Amino acid sequence: MTLITRRNALIVGAAGSGLALSGCTKIVMGDSLTRSAGFQRVLANAEAWTLSAQRFLLSGGAMAREYSPSDISEKFKANGTLYPGGEDYEDAVLENFAGWRLTVDGLVTRPVSLSVAEIRRLPSRTQITRHDCVEGWSAIGQWTGVPLGLLLKTAGVLPQAKYVVFHCADNLEGEPEKGGMQAAGQYYESLALADAVHPQTILAHAMNGKPLDVGHGAPLRLRVERQLGYKQAKYVQRIQVTDTLSGFYGGKGGYWEDRGYEWYAGI
Amino acid sequence: MTAPTGPRPRREVIYRHAFLVRLTHWLNALVIVLMIGSGLNIFNAHPHLYWGQKGDSYDQPFLSIGAVDRGSGFRGQTTIGSLHLDTTGVLGVSTDNGQTLRKAWPSWLTIPGYQDLADARHWHFLFAWVLVANGLAYLAWGLISRHLQRDLWPTLADLRAIPRSVLDHVRLKHPTGEAAKRYNVLQRLAYLGLITLVTLMALTGLTMSPGFDAFAPWLLDLFGGRQSARSLHFIFASGIVAFVVVHLVEVVLAGPINEVRSMITGRYAVPPDHNHPGA
Repeated sequence: MTLITRRNALIVGAAGSGLALSGCTKIVMGDSLTRSAGFQRVLANAEAWTLSAQRFLLSGGAMAREYSPSDISEKFKANGTLYPGGEDYEDAVLENFAGWRLTVDGLVTRPVSLSVAEIRRLPSRTQITRHDCVEGWSAIGQWTGVPLGLLLKTAGVLPQAKYVVFHCADNLEGEPEKGGMQAAGQYYESLALADAVHPQTILAHAMNGKPLDVGHGAPLRLRVERQLGYKQAKYVQRIQVTDTLSGFYGGKGGYWEDRGYEWYAGI
Repeated sequence: MTAPTGPRPRREVIYRHAFLVRLTHWLNALVIVLMIGSGLNIFNAHPHLYWGQKGDSYDQPFLSIGAVDRGSGFRGQTTIGSLHLDTTGVLGVSTDNGQTLRKAWPSWLTIPGYQDLADARHWHFLFAWVLVANGLAYLAWGLISRHLQRDLWPTLADLRAIPRSVLDHVRLKHPTGEAAKRYNVLQRLAYLGLITLVTLMALTGLTMSPGFDAFAPWLLDLFGGRQSARSLHFIFASGIVAFVVVHLVEVVLAGPINEVRSMITGRYAVPPDHNHPGA
């Protein structure tokens, strides 16, 4: 549906003389300012206030709204990676994820390794929730999965743990319609422990009553309902409990975070 | 040149705008420009508006800005309901530094000028704090000093005078003498309207936040869903733009130097009343 092809980015071609303003857009529209180190620090401070404000408001464990079956989107837009590349994933699809294993390790007392079939047999939670993309669109779907808190409890989180990192099977090339930095990279995400053990945070294996399809993250994806779409990591293979995010990829705690987006994606 | 005959009538100068009103006015003016610019950059990431809780590319938007391939090249197209408008040059397809870009709002209207959702969001959420803090400071001071109750809240007599005030505005007739020392009823309603619009902007903005929705789910019911809130956010922003246009036109018509000076120094020269000299 999108009229903007990925490869062609936004540039259609050169045409006409520039607008009278275009020469000074870099100053007038704050382009140079945006890229200056000082202003980036101001922006980072504002993000810290926003994070603290959201943490404060949600400290009571407030629940995201759950909808009724009639609200479910007829078609739910699949976004980001639509089909992870690589022979390993291809093989996993062909054998219906029979050999796919999820590991929970890092700062835990008992690392866990589970097959998809084993995960489907674990106690599950089903929730009809709204998915809010950072771009602005929303879709409603029903998700069934194991509460992440249960997995973490089984593994036994060590006291020094602060974050949970999700390693995914997909390598995303970027989404040019968002603009900005779009380097390809391995998808990953992370949550604070408090958000990881929220009752609505689940590792979903089914969507709208059917096993998760490839576009929506088969066989396992994260649902963390009080945050934006890019936090909902798909194709999750490994959950690593850690006390710092600095050692992972760009160090900002996620694929989009490394490309300038907020780590706490509550707004 | 001949010297003017007779003494020039001395104009009465009053202290019209308190310091806090002047400070919050200019801060608000700056922040609103930055919020609209960064808001339009954010809008460009998904230039479609829907009603209800949900809306993605499978759903029917009521407003859409895009580019369509006409074979001979891309044309900008804005769709409102069933109406298709060719908006090439401004909306959908525009040029920036000689390059033709396919983006909903043109570079010269967005902050930053280049398309970047991440950077635009940082601008938006930084200045959202300033907008809210500035607005709360103004409202708190306005209530305590009774500026809002005295100068903005219309009296019954004001409300009865609406038809007359509308006529005066249409005829570009501006109050003079004693009448110029207080806000007329349309001014009062316009300023109260702006306060309402900015409040609604903050609330619809927060309704788009999945985190804030968990804290205050009643906002979803108030605005009819997250996508409705997003559309209303855009519509209320258009209302603010309309206010700014009318406001600037009125400043020019009423005497731009006197009006702008009064918002900088607080001192306002009362236009003399020609019917009652000396009044």
